[in-house]
Amino acid sequence: MSNNTIKINDFVIRFANVNGTGSASANTMFALSIFRMGVPMTAKNVFPSNIQGLPTWYEVRVSEKGYLGRREGVNLVACLNPQSLAKDVATVMPGGYFVFDSTKNLHKEFLREDINYIGIPMMEICMREYTDPRMRQLFKNMIYVGALATLLNIDLDVLNGVISDEFKKKPKLIDPNIYAINLGVNYIKANYDYPLNIRLEKRNLVGNKIVINGNTACGIGAIYAGATVAAWYPITPSTSLIDAYGKYASKLRIDKETGLNKFAIVQAEDELSAIGMVIGANWNGARAFTSTSGPGISLMSEFLGLAYFAEISTVLFNVQRTGPSTGMPTRTQQSDILACAYASHGDTKHILLFPSSPKECFEMSADAFDLAERLQTPIIVMLDLDLGMNDHLSEPFEWDENRIYDRGKVLNTEELEACVQYGRYLDLDKDGISYRTIAGTHPTKGAFVTRGTSRDEYAKYTEQGEEYVKNMEKLTRKWETAKKIIPEAELYQSSSNHKIGMLFFGTTLYPALEAMDILKDQGIQIDAMRIRAFPFTKAVDDFINQHDYVFVIEQNRDAQFRSLLVNELDINPKKLIKILNYDGMPVTADCIVEQILPNFESILA
Amino acid sequence: MSYIKPPFRHPDLPSNELGYSKKDYEGTISTLCAGCGHDSISGAIVQACYEMSVEPHRIAKLSGIGCSSKTPAYFLNNSHGFNSVHGRMPSVATGANLANRDLLYLGVSGDGDSASIGMGQFVHVIRRNLNMTYIVMNNGCYGLTKGQDSATADEGSLSKGGSTNLFQGIDLVGLAMELGASFVARSFSGDKNQLIPLLKAAMSHKGFAFIDIISPCVTFNNNVGSTKSYDYVRDHMETLGTLDFVPYKNEITLDYQAGDSKAVQLHDGSMLNLHKLNLEWDPTNRKSALEQINQSKDKGEILTGLIYIDQESTDLHSLIKTTKQPLNSLTEKELMPSLTDLELINEDHR
Repeated sequence: MSNNTIKINDFVIRFANVNGTGSASANTMFALSIFRMGVPMTAKNVFPSNIQGLPTWYEVRVSEKGYLGRREGVNLVACLNPQSLAKDVATVMPGGYFVFDSTKNLHKEFLREDINYIGIPMMEICMREYTDPRMRQLFKNMIYVGALATLLNIDLDVLNGVISDEFKKKPKLIDPNIYAINLGVNYIKANYDYPLNIRLEKRNLVGNKIVINGNTACGIGAIYAGATVAAWYPITPSTSLIDAYGKYASKLRIDKETGLNKFAIVQAEDELSAIGMVIGANWNGARAFTSTSGPGISLMSEFLGLAYFAEISTVLFNVQRTGPSTGMPTRTQQSDILACAYASHGDTKHILLFPSSPKECFEMSADAFDLAERLQTPIIVMLDLDLGMNDHLSEPFEWDENRIYDRGKVLNTEELEACVQYGRYLDLDKDGISYRTIAGTHPTKGAFVTRGTSRDEYAKYTEQGEEYVKNMEKLTRKWETAKKIIPEAELYQSSSNHKIGMLFFGTTLYPALEAMDILKDQGIQIDAMRIRAFPFTKAVDDFINQHDYVFVIEQNRDAQFRSLLVNELDINPKKLIKILNYDGMPVTADCIVEQILPNFESILA
Repeated sequence: MSYIKPPFRHPDLPSNELGYSKKDYEGTISTLCAGCGHDSISGAIVQACYEMSVEPHRIAKLSGIGCSSKTPAYFLNNSHGFNSVHGRMPSVATGANLANRDLLYLGVSGDGDSASIGMGQFVHVIRRNLNMTYIVMNNGCYGLTKGQDSATADEGSLSKGGSTNLFQGIDLVGLAMELGASFVARSFSGDKNQLIPLLKAAMSHKGFAFIDIISPCVTFNNNVGSTKSYDYVRDHMETLGTLDFVPYKNEITLDYQAGDSKAVQLHDGSMLNLHKLNLEWDPTNRKSALEQINQSKDKGEILTGLIYIDQESTDLHSLIKTTKQPLNSLTEKELMPSLTDLELINEDHR
């Protein structure tokens, strides 16, 4: 039954909880303890569309090798939810462990021969120790964390340090929580052999890295980038991005003398209004942004077209989730690629950025505002639920304190004064970017009426077809200019070029790199490129051209990214092989390898 | 048909206190139908801004889509304008105002733009008490798409094609009152004497100032049987009172009989002298104003004039406590936190 091989720093723990019972913070403390032991880990929260009562899971993958993608094959399940017990027993790998509340006996139908059961009478301990029902519930979480810490060899000093930091602002709670941890610790010590064959050992593998989610990183990035207006409408999984902006703005953006806010956050009546406010604020010279998810993108599409045609800088964060309705949309996907790339009516194309890590979220969030103002067009930062809401191990944030915001081509009073005849849509520099003016700058020069179409280079009303065409050609030139300044794709390959390549973006980075290693172990070498922005640069085109076949890995059903490559770069579709995952869970390396291998055999044959 | 407006003006054209002549407040020539009520409103806006001596470039004019929303091109050429998305002017105006609280915001919308597609935004911009003047050029029909009934068309009103409107009309004035708008007025495009002082008062008001202006559509809704025709409106207009707008710099004298006049001080120090034709009505009392609206509705009258004003009104910026300095004027120095702050953030996540 018991697997005798000892696995150090390489396993997956899954917590099965009931939503709304306070388990999330206990689980986070567990994960943070592993991080503070210097061991790379990644945590995924699988949560329902529910506030209280439905099952929720939390997965922690520990990887000495530093693999930060999700992995199938759970080594230990800590089941605190009778509703999901049957399923949870089934998810344990043979030889793995099932930790459960043994206050009541486990029904024999849940007994498997090939796994180990560790019963802890958690409720019984709580009933004995606590009288308040809420306390019983909350401390039960700490009891199982303490028990697992002992089973997995987590350093108790580290865990207690995490608890002390967590309750820094409520120090009265520190001792009771540590007490509850010890209830779990002591029960294991008295009743079981410990540590288990899967266990932790201290390492020094995380350096000065941080653990943070992408939404928070984007919110902080927006503050450093000088964004002053945030308009939004609540939607999972993007809400916490605005929450983070608000939280840090209320610390970092208060005028010291007056106590007034150097920022404005407005919760709009819907996403149409949110994007309208963002466009209005940007039009009037402030840096403004909104964040949303798929349904919000649909609603914002009309306005996005206006911003494209009227050439108004706009920053939009899209934290992607699965399709319509309530429920599955609390799961991750990369399925708004086409909806965002071509959002709106008429001939529209938008610049997309694809961050892969919290650090990149921070940087791309800041860069998005520079790019938006430089290019006077919407910039959509494409996160997904996994990146936005889950904690990731990330390089720490860095910033150049001498950074000057790139406000793009904006004419000030003196420049307008010197202007003979101002034309809002003239392409003086032949880069497709015109000079803009902001209301209130000059008493007699630079004013015009902003419209989507139907105007000439001087913003005068016209319905002449040739003027429309001239402007569309200017927008095409701007698109080419964009290719020169957007983030370049990154290569992940040794100097030797192989015949086969893989392309991916966003959170697929981690499982893709792991998949490369797995394939390499099997003697299969693949080149790899991570695309960081749309439009596609020459480097992307070259990469595809240099390979006979390219696997395009993405987390949606319709291979939307592949369609975009085929369409924009005029690629023979047969050359691009789809590797897809769209069940709402972050894609795994195994999932990629399983799909690649059969293709690979046929290609080689 | 559109024409280029000749740039020539009489050299002795009088100028206002800031030295601007009326020409400095004009726009390009209108492309609306001859006799359109909207053009009279554009004229009134030009006159009001000229007389108020507002610097034209300190005004931003915003609109949605429709005949009414085309008009910002026809007034205030030296002001930035934004002809935005159908029904979405309020959100664009909100964003613009958040970026720079120091400009005067003039929003122009129509009955389709505000009472149908943009109803949600109309409601919520009132709720936020955005500091702006919001004009609805209300003609009860969709002009640009050739005369369909709009949501403000009265039940039983006859269209040009002879069909009767089956649905209840939405009264934007009553709605604005219910929603707590801090300045509510109704006027008629054909009554410049009433409209100009109302526009001035609205622009001096701090907070959301709403003017519903009945503005007949000469082409599609000026027929016998329509309740938005010139003739019908003239016959059924009932005025609460006449209004004098006294800019704050003038000496304020009240020479009206107590009881039938009321002086109302505006946020910028200007004064409104109201000569009340209805003694039961108190324009600073929401209940009393609502009562007047209901009574005139029962009598089938179109109530015009300043209906309600909240002198204590603040605005969105006060509610969300934004700094007095316009957000769009803040620079790296005021906006960018330090490296130490960032290191603390990193440390908090270890």
